[in-house]
Amino acid sequence: MVIGVIVMLECIPRKAIDHTVGKINPAKTCQPLGAMYAALGINRCLPHSHGSQGCCAYHRMALTRHFREQVLASSSSFTEGASVFGGAANLKTSIKNIFEIYNPDIIAVHTTCLSETIGDDLSTIIKQSEVPEGKVVIHANTPSYQGSHITGFSNMCRGIVSYLAESDGTQKKNRVNIIPGFVNPGDVREIRRIVEEMGVESVIFPDTSGVLDAPLTSRYEQYPDGGSRVEDIRDSGNSKLTLSLGSFASDAAASLLQEKCGVPGIPLKLPIGLKATDALIMALKEAFGVAVPRSLEIERGQVIDTLIDTHHHYQGRTVAVFGDPDTVIALTEFLLTMGMVPKYIITGTPGSLFEKQIWEMLAEVGLTDCRVKADADLLDLQLWIRESPVDLLIGTTHGKYIARAEDIPLVRVGFPIFDRAVHPLMPIVGYRGCLRLIEQISNTLLERRDRDSTDEDFELVL
Amino acid sequence: MENTCSVEPKAFINERQGSIIASGKSRANIHCADDSLAGSVSQRACVYCGARVVLNPVTDAVHLVHGPIGCATYTWDIRGSLSSGSEMYRKSFSTDMKERDVIFGGERKLAVCIDEIVMKYHPPAIFVYSTCVAGMIGDDIVAVCKLASEKHGTEVIPVESTGFSSGNKIVGYRAAADALLRLITPKDGVDVKKTKKLNFLGEYNLGGEKWLIEGYLQEMGVGINVAFTGDSSVAALKQAPGASLNLVQCTGSMHWLAMRLEEEFGIPSMSVNFFGAENTAESLRRIARFYDDEEIIRRTEILIEREMGRILPGIRWYKEKLVGKRAAIYVGGAFKAVAIIRQLRELGMEIVLTGTQTGKPEEYENLSNLLDEGTIIIDDANPAEIEKFLIEQKVDVMAGGVKERVLATKLGVGFVDHNHDRKECLAGFDGAINFAREVYITTCTPVWGHIRSPFNMEAADGSHDE
Ligand code: SF4
Ligand code: SF4
Repeated sequence: MVIGVIVMLECIPRKAIDHTVGKINPAKTCQPLGAMYAALGINRCLPHSHGSQGCCAYHRMALTRHFREQVLASSSSFTEGASVFGGAANLKTSIKNIFEIYNPDIIAVHTTCLSETIGDDLSTIIKQSEVPEGKVVIHANTPSYQGSHITGFSNMCRGIVSYLAESDGTQKKNRVNIIPGFVNPGDVREIRRIVEEMGVESVIFPDTSGVLDAPLTSRYEQYPDGGSRVEDIRDSGNSKLTLSLGSFASDAAASLLQEKCGVPGIPLKLPIGLKATDALIMALKEAFGVAVPRSLEIERGQVIDTLIDTHHHYQGRTVAVFGDPDTVIALTEFLLTMGMVPKYIITGTPGSLFEKQIWEMLAEVGLTDCRVKADADLLDLQLWIRESPVDLLIGTTHGKYIARAEDIPLVRVGFPIFDRAVHPLMPIVGYRGCLRLIEQISNTLLERRDRDSTDEDFELVL
Repeated sequence: MENTCSVEPKAFINERQGSIIASGKSRANIHCADDSLAGSVSQRACVYCGARVVLNPVTDAVHLVHGPIGCATYTWDIRGSLSSGSEMYRKSFSTDMKERDVIFGGERKLAVCIDEIVMKYHPPAIFVYSTCVAGMIGDDIVAVCKLASEKHGTEVIPVESTGFSSGNKIVGYRAAADALLRLITPKDGVDVKKTKKLNFLGEYNLGGEKWLIEGYLQEMGVGINVAFTGDSSVAALKQAPGASLNLVQCTGSMHWLAMRLEEEFGIPSMSVNFFGAENTAESLRRIARFYDDEEIIRRTEILIEREMGRILPGIRWYKEKLVGKRAAIYVGGAFKAVAIIRQLRELGMEIVLTGTQTGKPEEYENLSNLLDEGTIIIDDANPAEIEKFLIEQKVDVMAGGVKERVLATKLGVGFVDHNHDRKECLAGFDGAINFAREVYITTCTPVWGHIRSPFNMEAADGSHDE
């Protein structure tokens, strides 16, 4: 144990040398993974990776490891020929084969670095492909040498709108579109529950619930009975309002929906934490003139009660947060509500908006002694922590090396989580999500306190 | 034994027909070298992946992936290889190629990356992997590595693992072998002393397997010079030419390298297999015979007798529970498939389905001879095919990799991980017991008894038992 720790310590440079290029221990992955995840949120959809098999195998594997669910996606199986002559023939054959063999209702094609570098024109190729009656093929461009998996998710959401959403020009229906962002299926379920409690009709897409948290029935469903239905997404163009949750993942699709179908959009944070959940409910209340039901009032009150019961466990403690931008932005807001000090805040996804939003929140509570960075990697974070440590780390599985080397407890939140289970089913959004986060954070700190306390200080009641 | 094949295996697309055979029924060669079909949900990985899994356990080297971020993130410490020394290999280095690099070329960025890594970490070697994109834009990683080597006086070794040249991992194994040869070939004027020790090729120290076998060998009086590449260091690998024997465990990844080591340094090689108690005993005896030393042979026999006696009661216990259960195997290569077949048979189980991602024609021939008449053999199967056979063959447990796990369990079929990312030690005598336990807990978990919901029996009756 001790030896392990020493060895890990050796694996970080003795003095901080900036790395100006490249990434060491990245905090992001590539666009197609996000696109694949978004596509899985459509009912009876087969994501298709236009590139070589290797990429596709990796994306499926990474998703499978996080969700512990089967992830089906096909690939154009590029070989050298495709890289010389272009991948059009591969894609056309793929589309034909996929409908024949796997019989999805919809194929969502995303590109990879390879097809992007070749410069395949997907719109044209898809137009020239044989698509059976009643079936659809959509696409998104997802070059991984820009952005991150979140960019890919956003691009696929936009692709979904661009191919599917339609407005029939009549009066808008009294209904809300919700673009929930890159969250777990359990989160989507919770968002839907809140909207239903408010008594508002909704179209939620992409909706990975029922797909990546499907029950075990001993019957194998190639397309589990979840996901947004194509006809509902089509009809989203006739809704009265779109709420896009998380600007990095969802705003692009919402603005296209506004442009294309005249559905006004309201950008919100991911509803993680008290304030962001309040904002979601408030937006629904104002737009639809509905009353907030007593049940949600009770839930909110429970959160406040719990915060008061537990605040002495975490208030004033320092924390380093890393992960995807929308998650980290909302989470930081909640940490501030909890009275914690988010000292280091990073995301692997590039985008100056991230730093700006975080700094604004920090300024509001008068915190200046923090470090915030987009397009960062985990070596950056580790070097900062080495300079001046924190009490708690919140982020993905990849943080466990820092947690071990620096001896700091880690609360696992976000994507990917490869070394724990059940998280895809347990929401961190909404008021229930608040309770879960409070439980995780305070219990982790208390476990730590028990572990570190001497016999004299060991307490039964905390 | 009865013919277990209830249906004529039928491929779902005619073009795939050649990739599925029933053992004994058809002598037609399986088309395993076929490229996967465009549009299929293939389980195959890429060339880079093949190269990376072979080289990754070189613990004190920096593994730098020249490509866009994803290729590196997905391979960050995913292999269960353990290290007794450096943890450098568990960090993820990427040049994080951006659009600019794709347009103007990424060579300069790669060079700067290498410079910064050398400054920061002073690693004894840097493996630089090329990916599809790097290959496609024509970055000359060989030239960049050569320059960097000279500039820094350290080993900067190109791994030419551009993925699209073939959908097959075997090409990647070969690229890794090339890189290893480059590393171990002594520079002019350097003399590597010959020893009695052996090299252990195709051993990746998953779950500490190398350490376990090393323990056996030490007891016999034989030492491991270096393993390729489990728990190896750059310095140790450079001593590789000094061995007097090469054990070769995974023929898929290391056969070619063994041949080259024999040609270049006159080291003979011997195939071994440490999966399963019988295989382990047999391999240890063959190693002892090679040294032709009475003392080594005597100690080997003592070791085998003791270990066999130690694990036998356990194996017997598991066998009682598992006898007659039906198993499917879908793993990376035929070598592993054969090893698992033997082990499952030792547990009294029936093999009804076998497949691999990257088998070679001879290996399939081998497999089909080993199996009962009618056992289904598939190459590069897609999930729909695997699913179909799992149901039709009423399989109780499946051995495979991460992508098959969920497919199997959703159907109510148990699952054992036997791929390169497993965490359990499955080699040697201890491994035989661990393997039996893994098979047992997943095949006989009490949960299977509760799958059927008691509320709505008609619906539940539609399940796969029909
Ligand atoms: S780009 Fe090539 S090397 Fe990278 S994951 Fe895809 S197939 Fe493998
Ligand atoms: S080549 Fe691009 S798409 Fe493929 S794994 Fe690498 S970064 Fe991802």
